[in-house]
Amino acid sequence: MRVPPGVSARDFDGALKKFEEAVGKQWVFTSDDDINTYRDSYSPFWHETEEPIPSAALAPDSVEQVQQIVRIAGAHKIPLWAISTGKNLGYGGSAPLLGGSVVLDLKRMDRVIEVNDKNHYALVEPGVSYFDLYHYIHDRGLKVWIDPPDPGWGSLVGNALERGGGYTPMRDHFDCHCGMEVVLANGELVRTGMGALPNSKTWQQYKYGFGPYVDGIFSQSNLGVVTKMGFWLYPEPEAFLSGNVVVDKHDDLFALVEIFANLMNSGIVQATTTVISPLAYGPDPELAALRASGSTKDLEDYAARKKIGYWSVSLPFYGPADVVTAQWEYAKRKFSAIPGVRFEDRASYRFPLDADQLAKIVNPVPFGVPSLQTFSIGGPRSQGHMWFSPIIPMTGEAVLEAQKVFDQVAKDLSLNGGSVGGFPVWNFFARAFVIIYFFPIEHDVEKNRKNREVFRRLIKTAAEHGWGEYRTHTAFMGDIMDAYSFNNHSLLRLHETMKDALDPNGILSPGKNGIWPKGMRKARA
Amino acid sequence: MRHLAKTYEKGEGMRNAKIVRAAFVLLCSLSFAAAAFAGPDDAQIEKGHKVYDKWCFPCHGTGAGKPGTASLAARGQKPAVLEERTDLTPTVIKAFVRHGVLFMPMFRKTEISDADLNAIAAYLTRNNKP
Repeated sequence: MRVPPGVSARDFDGALKKFEEAVGKQWVFTSDDDINTYRDSYSPFWHETEEPIPSAALAPDSVEQVQQIVRIAGAHKIPLWAISTGKNLGYGGSAPLLGGSVVLDLKRMDRVIEVNDKNHYALVEPGVSYFDLYHYIHDRGLKVWIDPPDPGWGSLVGNALERGGGYTPMRDHFDCHCGMEVVLANGELVRTGMGALPNSKTWQQYKYGFGPYVDGIFSQSNLGVVTKMGFWLYPEPEAFLSGNVVVDKHDDLFALVEIFANLMNSGIVQATTTVISPLAYGPDPELAALRASGSTKDLEDYAARKKIGYWSVSLPFYGPADVVTAQWEYAKRKFSAIPGVRFEDRASYRFPLDADQLAKIVNPVPFGVPSLQTFSIGGPRSQGHMWFSPIIPMTGEAVLEAQKVFDQVAKDLSLNGGSVGGFPVWNFFARAFVIIYFFPIEHDVEKNRKNREVFRRLIKTAAEHGWGEYRTHTAFMGDIMDAYSFNNHSLLRLHETMKDALDPNGILSPGKNGIWPKGMRKARA
Repeated sequence: MRHLAKTYEKGEGMRNAKIVRAAFVLLCSLSFAAAAFAGPDDAQIEKGHKVYDKWCFPCHGTGAGKPGTASLAARGQKPAVLEERTDLTPTVIKAFVRHGVLFMPMFRKTEISDADLNAIAAYLTRNNKP
């Protein structure tokens, strides 16, 4: 039997018996077969001893059981690792950061407590997936949309706490939450915002309540276990329209992004899209050769000859049919300042979509319909993936600089360089771009070691240029938190102060986002 | 396919993983060959259909954007849609669900219980020839 670090087998055995009394024997998992299902399916440590394997897993089905568990864990100083649906693949899945931790599996807490399609909100437990809430709404004919991230089996609570993003105007998932219920490390139950008011009528309608706004300290952190969370939903729109903007010159990127940022920040474009270079993709050997060694002029000539453009951005519009048409026309007027710009009308839908329409859409996620389509990203033999995702300024200059810098890292490390826009930039969040760069996971020790080396090099290089990641796999949380080092890591030291105050026994998700309890901290250089 | 005891505890890394893979191929072959089973009842099949629709269809179903189906098709598996297969056995189905394969992750008992997994197996083997 595995035991948590610093806990004797005898003490752990005693704690397991108490856990069994709290949640029922069948919901305390310790066998190898069961523990195997709590490993990270996309671990970058496959077949290496560094892979963090849990010692046990517990699956409560109520807030009261969660309270009992944290109290038992506190008494025995047993580290817990909370997961919601456990499908945070690419970021650690259902596995802990610290090997030997006991996974607190909240999947059984899967109640949709309320959906309101008049004021457009929902209140759910952590085990509710995007699929679950979508079907709940669809089955009842409610006129609201959820905003799924790419993988639909994720948890609304978990994804928002990890500050994930989607595609509709509700795409910033943490920003769109409203009210939490949290079990603290001592077992105390707290409700945030208007939830602190007994018999509150507006818990999911006004975020801030009264006094300090504390919701943020429970995101990407280890200061509490969130057991309920409210979300604002999107009233089902009348229509969707997308239009593509194409420019032919390399330097057109500057004006393209400047106008795009203006449209974003004016509220004309309200949803997720990506600025890409069509030159970055495609199997044409001529293009591949140009990508590797051609000049900018050569690539511009190729783009003009093939009529594919050097850069493009597809603009999504949601809302009343006449409004989205007017938004697209306005956007075209703004982009017409770029000589030679071309416009292409793309998809157009009226809602609701019927089953036949939906079945033909490869990726229905931008229409509020959860999917698993994203898992085709690594190809038919993919063994998994993880993501390098720095936030960069929303300027053409920053896009080009980031591509140049990260291409150089790739070349230095003898990877496939010459991406020419192969690091796609997205606007999942307001006001900034995020690069989402794909790293394959394989069951090959040497390849994974190489990828970890590259990943860590990218983190350091990004930090040297003033770019930091918004989220990461558990394997790199410490590296990234180290990069956020202003004033001798004063922000991390603040996190640690809160950690020591709220979780003095250090039982909640040790190491999450680089935040360790006092007894496990390494000396800082 | 991934298994904790075999690939981690013994600490033999890649060599051991290859043994596991070879054993799994053999397991599949034997399982396909020995397709004899007692037929599941209709209620179990109906339950399995519902569980399948919830947990498996989004990846292995028909229609656009189903990466499991696309992967099986690209790897020459016919038919690529699991519901149309007649050569799967409960043993193989359960092994894939609990251990994962390629980009398909493992599924925990809090997601798919043993009873639900038995029902999925009943559904996916409903058309097997005795």
